[in-house]
Amino acid sequence: MNQTGKEKNPNLKKISGIKMKSIGVLMTCPMHKYLEQQLETHFNLFKLWHCNSSITEFLKTHQGNTIRAVVGDTNIGADAELIASFPNLEIVASYSVGLDKIDLRKCEEKGIRVANTPDVLTDDVADLAIGLILGVLRRICASDEYVRIGKWKDADFGLATKFSGKSVGIVGLGRIGTAIAKRAEAFGCSISYFSRSQKPFANYKFYSNIIDLATSCQILIVACALTEETRHIINREVIDALGPKGILINIGRGAHVDETELVSALLEGRLGGAGLDVYENEPEVPEELLGLGNVVLQPHVGSDTVETSDAMADLVISNLKAHFSNKPLLTPVI
Amino acid sequence: MDCNGYRLENHDQNLFPKPKVLVLEPPPVFIYHEEKLSQKFHFLKAWDSPLPLDQFLTTHAHSVQAILSHGSCPVTTNTIRLLPSLGLIVTTSAGLDQIDLQECRRRGVSVAYAGSLFSADVADIAVGLLIDALRKISAGNRYVTQGLWANNGDFSLGSKVRDWSLSCRKFYWAPEKKLLILNETSQLAGGRKVGIVGLGSIGLEVGKRLEPFGCNILYCSRNKKSSASYPYYSNVCELAANCEVLIICCELNDQTRHVINKEVLLALGKKGLIINVGRGAIIDEQEMVRCLMQGEIAGAGLDVFENEPHVPSELISLDNVVLSPHRAVHTEETLMASVDLVIGNLEAFFSNKPLLSPVLLDE
Repeated sequence: MNQTGKEKNPNLKKISGIKMKSIGVLMTCPMHKYLEQQLETHFNLFKLWHCNSSITEFLKTHQGNTIRAVVGDTNIGADAELIASFPNLEIVASYSVGLDKIDLRKCEEKGIRVANTPDVLTDDVADLAIGLILGVLRRICASDEYVRIGKWKDADFGLATKFSGKSVGIVGLGRIGTAIAKRAEAFGCSISYFSRSQKPFANYKFYSNIIDLATSCQILIVACALTEETRHIINREVIDALGPKGILINIGRGAHVDETELVSALLEGRLGGAGLDVYENEPEVPEELLGLGNVVLQPHVGSDTVETSDAMADLVISNLKAHFSNKPLLTPVI
Repeated sequence: MDCNGYRLENHDQNLFPKPKVLVLEPPPVFIYHEEKLSQKFHFLKAWDSPLPLDQFLTTHAHSVQAILSHGSCPVTTNTIRLLPSLGLIVTTSAGLDQIDLQECRRRGVSVAYAGSLFSADVADIAVGLLIDALRKISAGNRYVTQGLWANNGDFSLGSKVRDWSLSCRKFYWAPEKKLLILNETSQLAGGRKVGIVGLGSIGLEVGKRLEPFGCNILYCSRNKKSSASYPYYSNVCELAANCEVLIICCELNDQTRHVINKEVLLALGKKGLIINVGRGAIIDEQEMVRCLMQGEIAGAGLDVFENEPHVPSELISLDNVVLSPHRAVHTEETLMASVDLVIGNLEAFFSNKPLLSPVLLDE
């Protein structure tokens, strides 16, 4: 038996490239041109957005049992409805490391494999976290705007806040959290974290309570996975504990933060600033945030570099090829 | 008031007058901390006087022993010669190009400066500008605030700081359960080469910060630094030819003026980025603008310009450039520390104690 409990057929021959070209793969939305091209080259690719991103509409013109693999991302993954619509679905290969858009329980139930793209995007997301901190604390984005609209000729920009040596608190010390910690350490920052459990090899101060973490640090970074437990983990209480000199950096998921509370805290000066890459209802961003000089907003670009996008695409393709050749997945989740 | 009706402050002032310090132009620290400084020192403000400077100096500052200067306030040969009692010039800046050091040396005038007080802040801005330029953070922020994300879809891709420009990508599971990417020769992929121009206090802090980002640090300096393990290049052009990012961290002097010229920029190449946290005049600005407009280099992050606060209009039109209004040291914390350092140096001088951050003039 393999991991999913299905019997592995020892007589199953390696599937040739030609046979793989006939395998139906559904891509849920436009993610990356290179990935799309690779999927088209190696498989029989279907694009959900050609059917208005609606499974129902897709099924009007396509047979559900054609689809043996789904490639999803942070926008559209594989929920219960999708899984139920494709009875021959064998694998969900996510173009992301986050799994919050995949019904993992359903996949496990039905013996569907799941793969994601860990490690290859860790650097990019960690780099962005530091970039956001500097953008907010040192007001790099605001002062760039100041120069562009010609205000420097009239008056000096004013003071910012030092980053080096400040206290950094990380929510979730996984791959990305650890990479952020290593970078912040080089700036002389003290690192503390909150996690489900203490990490035995991490040389940072552990807090078992997120309020205590927020009270103790000046820069709070959300770097954990989105689950039922972590939804709105950054609430009013945490924001107030972080305080008027504190800044919040979110490179996790929009739903980690109670966005309404965040907006009012920023408007009322109860929070010092924020650097956000994710939002509760992308691509919508609360209008009130748009004019604020102590806020830096990014359009969910955590792993959006040419290099990492290509590497993630290669990983998705590798996982699919491995699965359909009866080889072990490179980065299995289930 | 004391029993004789004198204001006690004035009484003290007569017995223990505050030391006089000449200030030629208002230093930025005055904007925020003049009161704190004025509690300890009596400032003779040359700019406040209707008299031309020379006259002011001979009339009012003849006995002055100390000058408070700042980065863009020249202390010329002439000024120094008009002050026979001058013993100290304190500048709030780390840069010294505005002071006639040769005349100070000749006259035995001590100079105190910011030393390495600003190094962390300047290094932070250098790294911030680099990440911003590569990952298009300011441009992305504009994309969102201008409502383009909702209307136009995904923003364009940036460049990875570590850089894996590879035709071949092999996945490899390391023993510590981490998926790595190897290149064609099975070496760990990436390691963007960053060339630091000037490995002084600031350059070292920049290098230290960039290492965990996966950058390979190279440098060029007047002399090779025995304590630094980074590969050394004796000239800037060779350094530029061997790296993808140049970070200017050196001081402005006769040797470094326009040292970043057309040859260096072309050597840096079409994928190259230039970050300047030194002085505007270290780069031939016109040439850099031309290279940016024509795609001879990929982008820039600039905190300084040749003719501040003027910024070439061509740069304003570019999305691959990050512009900062010379504020690499403008943080509340460092400004406060800078004021304390000025006070400390002046107090040391006036009590015949060693200066806290003297410039070594006998080189």
